[in-house]
Amino acid sequence: MKRTFRTALPLAASLASAALLLTACGEGAKGSAGSVGSGPVKVGLITKTDTNPFFVKMKEGAEASAKKSGAELSTAAGKFDGDNEGQVTAIENMVAAGVKGILITPNDSKAIVPAIQQARKKGVLVIALDSPTDPQDAADALFATDNLKAGELIGRYAKAAMAGRPAKIATLDLAPGVAVGQLRHDGFLKGYGIKDGDPAVACSQDTGGDQAKGQTAMENCLQKAPDINLVYTINEPAALGAYTALKAKGREKDVLIVSVDGGCTGTEAVKSGKIAATSQQYPLLMAAKGVEAVVAYAEDGTKASGYVDTGVNLITDKAASGVSAKDTAYGLENCWG
Amino acid sequence: MSTPVLKARGLVKRYGQVTALDGADFDLMPGEVLAVIGDNGAGKSSLIKALTGALQPDEGTLELDGAPVRFRDPADARRHGIETVYQDLAVAASLDIASNMFLGREIRRRGPLGSVLRMLDNKRMREESAAHMADLKIGLRSLTQAVETLSGGQRQGVAVARAVAWARHVVVMDEPTAALGVKESGQVLDMIRRVRDRGLPVVLISHNMPHVFEIADRIHVQRLGRRVAQIRPSDHSMSDVVAIMTGALTVAPENGGTVGAEQR
Amino acid sequence: MTTTAAPPTAAPPAAPRRSGAARGLVTHPTAGPLVALLAACLFFSFQSEQFLSGGNLSLVVQQVMVVGTLALGQTLIILTAGIDLSCGAVMAFGTIVMAKLAAEGTLPPLVAIAAGIGVCALFGLANGALVTFVRLPPFIVTLGMLNIAFALTHIYSEEQTVTELPGLLTGLGETFPLGRTDITYGSVLTIVLFLCFAYLLGRTAWGKHTYALGNSPEVARLTGIRTTRLQLGIYTLAGVIYGIAALLLVSRTGVGDPKAGQTDNLDAITAVVLGGTSLFGGRGAVLGTLVGALIVGVFRNGLQLMGVGSIYQTLITGGLVILAVTVDQFSRRKVRR
Repeated sequence: MKRTFRTALPLAASLASAALLLTACGEGAKGSAGSVGSGPVKVGLITKTDTNPFFVKMKEGAEASAKKSGAELSTAAGKFDGDNEGQVTAIENMVAAGVKGILITPNDSKAIVPAIQQARKKGVLVIALDSPTDPQDAADALFATDNLKAGELIGRYAKAAMAGRPAKIATLDLAPGVAVGQLRHDGFLKGYGIKDGDPAVACSQDTGGDQAKGQTAMENCLQKAPDINLVYTINEPAALGAYTALKAKGREKDVLIVSVDGGCTGTEAVKSGKIAATSQQYPLLMAAKGVEAVVAYAEDGTKASGYVDTGVNLITDKAASGVSAKDTAYGLENCWG
Repeated sequence: MSTPVLKARGLVKRYGQVTALDGADFDLMPGEVLAVIGDNGAGKSSLIKALTGALQPDEGTLELDGAPVRFRDPADARRHGIETVYQDLAVAASLDIASNMFLGREIRRRGPLGSVLRMLDNKRMREESAAHMADLKIGLRSLTQAVETLSGGQRQGVAVARAVAWARHVVVMDEPTAALGVKESGQVLDMIRRVRDRGLPVVLISHNMPHVFEIADRIHVQRLGRRVAQIRPSDHSMSDVVAIMTGALTVAPENGGTVGAEQR
Repeated sequence: MTTTAAPPTAAPPAAPRRSGAARGLVTHPTAGPLVALLAACLFFSFQSEQFLSGGNLSLVVQQVMVVGTLALGQTLIILTAGIDLSCGAVMAFGTIVMAKLAAEGTLPPLVAIAAGIGVCALFGLANGALVTFVRLPPFIVTLGMLNIAFALTHIYSEEQTVTELPGLLTGLGETFPLGRTDITYGSVLTIVLFLCFAYLLGRTAWGKHTYALGNSPEVARLTGIRTTRLQLGIYTLAGVIYGIAALLLVSRTGVGDPKAGQTDNLDAITAVVLGGTSLFGGRGAVLGTLVGALIVGVFRNGLQLMGVGSIYQTLITGGLVILAVTVDQFSRRKVRR
């Protein structure tokens, strides 16, 4: 063991001194951000995870936009939904890589703030995509779909579609403490004209936006309240999970399922009638607009600011009176994923 | 007749329904190599464990140099000068030879380096290890090599050297040659002789009759949880001993530690 | 000994005087990982001009200090032939405890930190007691503890990220200049911790006993080592180290984040394995773990600088782990006679 330590210590020492040496002489004239020659504008995109199709599409939107404007896109993601530290690391690395701007869908709206502030201090334009930071002005701008509005829209549709029938509602939500889920949920209740804690809401369960978990949640809700007749879901995978659970009980015909998101698979499910309607959002647009904003910033220094809504449309083939909607043909044309 | 170095009377150990020791006696005389033999399940291991503190007998007494003792654990037996070389459990494979020699008994540096920083005196431990190895004529190139790079015989040598280095009263060896080739077994038997020549009595547990007959001064035959005979190898043939072991041959009841056995 | 059992941490088979430097390099457990680390650094320095800047290297160290410190505790446990799946979750709980207590302001920050480290130590003690006295397999015990710590984190935090922390908690994230590079105090603390444990394992009886315990608990016990106390102590000590990692995490992100650390257990094990420590116990060195953690950090940072997406970083890390173990086994077998 002695030998180990004896050889290991010099190894460590030489490693450390090598690092110091590099440190001392390596910090050359390079500025921290943006000033790396006249190459293409570097844009960073940091999504919540690598695996969610929503973010995959967002990446594609950003890539297409970057190609069009001659920018160079680099991407990163948290390891799991909620991984703040991974996103912090990604911001740091992108700043080190000399990006001009960073587009980020924060995993933790509060925890990410110090890292964003660091990046902005170094002259990097930071745009929050999809979900706001907390406080919202911690980032330069927010490009997002209005999740509250999307929820409200689907809530209003549900109210109209129920046509005065008393509702027993199940809400299949995202996860505790995640803004998107909370906003869509609140919006739905608002659109339906009820408040949290209303007896009409018979069951609320978290699904993480996952089909299998959505199914489990619906099964459990049916155990709790077999007479549920309206299901709100955070997204279409959760909705399809709920549909499977309802079908197993033979209830798929007389329960109204509504959702938010508007992915292509989801829109197909609206077309086939598994889901009654969904609030379609346009994530590709957010990323594309984000890249454009960074390129504009690089070109003439104009900073995007404030909140930019990328829009929402109600997609359904069973229009309800008083709520404007697009049909699934439109939905499929404009869907993501 | 001199006092036995280590003496046991009426040791009993039960594990649930199984009786491993059923009133076993044991006597080790000064300066002898005593072989303990017995069929599988005869209670050899339990006996040895009871003598070295690795198990606590339910009944029975132990005496060390005529004084009653009780060992709470192996460390306790070791404090009383009884060192054991366990079969297959002798050494820590990834540690070097000197570390193994001093494992659990490390020497710290003098001064604040040792007392405050707990730094080990590796140099001194290596020097002392080298001296012990040389005593037993165990040739090794380097004491800083990990024991797992050694041959089986060398490894056993390290274990024996450690036991001998620390033993004040008794060295117990459990199947020290079981895993070894002919040449290496010869080396270990030589080592046992050298230990005896230094005046330390050795308890040798072995299945190997030729080895037992080659080196033992006396043989303790264990059967069904007790001692059924104490004999001198010169008085009996190997086949007699095997017959006693298996119960095909019985011997007259012993009379209190006397050496010898009678055939029926 | 099986043939796969690698020769040890310690010492080449021949006296070092007589052994060539190359041979020493092959047999030294930390040598392989170190060569890999330097090779990776060399590679990335050609790929990106920013890589070798002092600021960037300091960043890499900052980024690995949390997982690196967890991996230090993990190394101790793996050296005893155990494994700890709960380390990340325990750290997250420690984070929340110290952040919440400090943010509430009723306790002095120092007490809050001590309490956070204390709960981590208790988790370590509980793991150790179950492994040592109840003789349950470490894998199962720590799997259970992972879930317990995870749940407690979410219950206690009420899913809320804790912000507005007193300066003492984030102090380790502050920097001091070295040459022209800013170094965080946390990085220094991490390296000092590693050097301390390299010393303890290499030069004290406790270290030898730890290796002996990992080689074979029975051998260690029969040699007179008080193995139960030793093992219990190691698990508890690992808990304390996780507590320190918790403090480092708080200081790095500036918040108490209940969602932190969900993949850190596997990341820590990755660092340990990349560092050349055997999962079968008894062989390895903590400085190797530091190198292993740095390898992960360097690849993540370097690939990001090259603009390679994060999912490929994960892919490459997976390949590296397998490569590391293979190379290690192969080179050791070759040296072994």
